[in-house]
Amino acid sequence: MASKELEFIKTNKTGLAFRDTLIMIKRSSRHILRNIDQLLGTFFQPIMFLVLFAAVFGGAIELALPEGVSYLSFLMAGIIVQTLAFGSTTTAVAISNDLQKGIVDRFRSLPMNNLAVITGHVVSDVFRNSISTAVMIVVGLIIGFRPQADFLGWIAIIGILLLFTLAFSWLMAIMGVIAKSVEAVQWLTFIIIFPLTFASSAFVPTDGMPRALKAFAENQPITQVIEAIRALFLDFPTENYIWTAVAWCIAAIVVAVPIAAYVYRKKSA
Amino acid sequence: MKQSIKVTNLHKSYGKVKVLKGVNFKVEKGTILALLGPNGAGKTTTVRILSTLLSYDKGKVQVNGFDVKQDADKVRSVIGLTGQAAAVDELLTGRENLVMMGRLYRLTSASAKQRAEELLKDFDLVDAADRPAKTYSGGMRRRLDLAVSLIAAPPLIFLDEPTTGLDPRSRKAMWKIIENLVKEGTTILLTTQYLEEADQLADNIIVIDGGKVIAEGTAKQLKSKIGKDRLELGFASNKVFQQAKKAIKNQGVDTNDKELLLSIPVKNSSRDVRDILDKLEKEKITVDNIAIHKPTLDDVFLSVTGKEDK
Ligand SMILES: Nc1ncnc2c1ncn2[C@@H]1O[C@H](COP(=O)(O)OP(=O)(O)OP(=O)(O)O)[C@@H](O)[C@H]1O
Ligand SMILES: [Mg+2]
Repeated sequence: MASKELEFIKTNKTGLAFRDTLIMIKRSSRHILRNIDQLLGTFFQPIMFLVLFAAVFGGAIELALPEGVSYLSFLMAGIIVQTLAFGSTTTAVAISNDLQKGIVDRFRSLPMNNLAVITGHVVSDVFRNSISTAVMIVVGLIIGFRPQADFLGWIAIIGILLLFTLAFSWLMAIMGVIAKSVEAVQWLTFIIIFPLTFASSAFVPTDGMPRALKAFAENQPITQVIEAIRALFLDFPTENYIWTAVAWCIAAIVVAVPIAAYVYRKKSA
Repeated sequence: MKQSIKVTNLHKSYGKVKVLKGVNFKVEKGTILALLGPNGAGKTTTVRILSTLLSYDKGKVQVNGFDVKQDADKVRSVIGLTGQAAAVDELLTGRENLVMMGRLYRLTSASAKQRAEELLKDFDLVDAADRPAKTYSGGMRRRLDLAVSLIAAPPLIFLDEPTTGLDPRSRKAMWKIIENLVKEGTTILLTTQYLEEADQLADNIIVIDGGKVIAEGTAKQLKSKIGKDRLELGFASNKVFQQAKKAIKNQGVDTNDKELLLSIPVKNSSRDVRDILDKLEKEKITVDNIAIHKPTLDDVFLSVTGKEDK
């Protein structure tokens, strides 16, 4: 059956790993584009959240905000970060799906770089999340969001958001590997992300929270990211938020990648 | 190097459950080995170990001269695996599956594409090539799964129950494919529940049960080891049946009182059969129906795996 001579790629290990990763990113991106239901959710859920939150909480919370800051402008950073956090669970679901369906066995029987399967999902998830963020910003602009950021500010915003979603996707990748089923992934990621995003400055200023909660909310990583983005959007002093946000994200990536690689290798053995 | 696979003293347990307790076998290059055994005997476990998916506790496993533990990546580039459950990407089309896996096997994109077209044709999947695999029927998915494992034309292929769930026509088609592969020099290890399949395809057969290889040889050897031909005689009434039972004193006669059947082992078929029939004729015992039963691999299988229970 093999008629013509087959040609094989000859490069070093790093080159091959890079090529494998590209192949897997292409695969995962195709999944995202073909999963129409999920794609619709990617567009409409954040829009719904944005519009509802702005309408429902706007009046009550605006009073607690600094002079001249509309609730929409305050909310924007929080809702984007929350959407990214929830969006990154797609990575976990996709990995869990792969593991359940047995295709991972196929990949593991190939002479490919193993981590590429996970990297593929993570990176394509970052693509999908970027689209969702862009949609939210556009809708925000339509309903009255007026960011004050200059060009450099936008670069910083995009950079931090990318780093954040990358970090979260890697963390979620671990969940995707260790959870026993797709259902388990869903509740597991939910009970992690929901408290983290709500016990933060995403939707309300932390000033009115009970003491212990306030202490937690002000110091946890998600708040650092939100505050950094918010300050950049509104052109407020960014204090230390940018650096703490970046540090948290990098730390998360540095920790999560090897753990994900480790549990994946263990799980599939 | 004559041996494609060499397994020595292989042990594997899952926690406390010992599945393999010292399995030994070899597969010569360019031949088909069929791995038989009852459910849970460890066939899939063996295949997964050989294809680097599973580690093992003790022993030595060499595939194309490479050690599966030390040289996993080298092993992976010379094997193709079709596991017990189809492992194709459901959201990708048949063609995309083939090209992707080909590239992951380190084929150049051009080679992967060209090879994908060949395989789509060979496996009768051209019409479905651009549909997502999730829309495929079970048989089509199996074919795609097998095609995927052949994409880089590996010299060694593992097939874990390749024809389970296929209709008789597709099964025959699969056999044809497997036969062609071997003609081209591919070595194949397959597991199967269909003994007819092993009989038809395999050069050598091993039966594992209770964690060990309990029988091995060619289909012919195994059959002759286990059973002789048997002459089966059926009678019209109980009275005749009882007379016949008295008349025939050969060794190893099985009687089935309910169905009025006698089953007599015969060595040298035609002479033995004639003698028995002559004898009945002389005593005026009428035989209602006659059948010669050749031992099948089923008999071999039942007889060797049955012993282990006791
Ligand atoms: N991951 C696992 N954990 C624990 N036990 C396992 C695991 N995988 C397989 N086993 C056990 O190992 C034994 C051998 O399983 P295996 O799948 O190799 O059998 P098999 O010969 O392929 O059976 P079948 O004909 O049903 O496919 C079974 O008793 C099974 O329950
Ligand atoms: Mg099995």
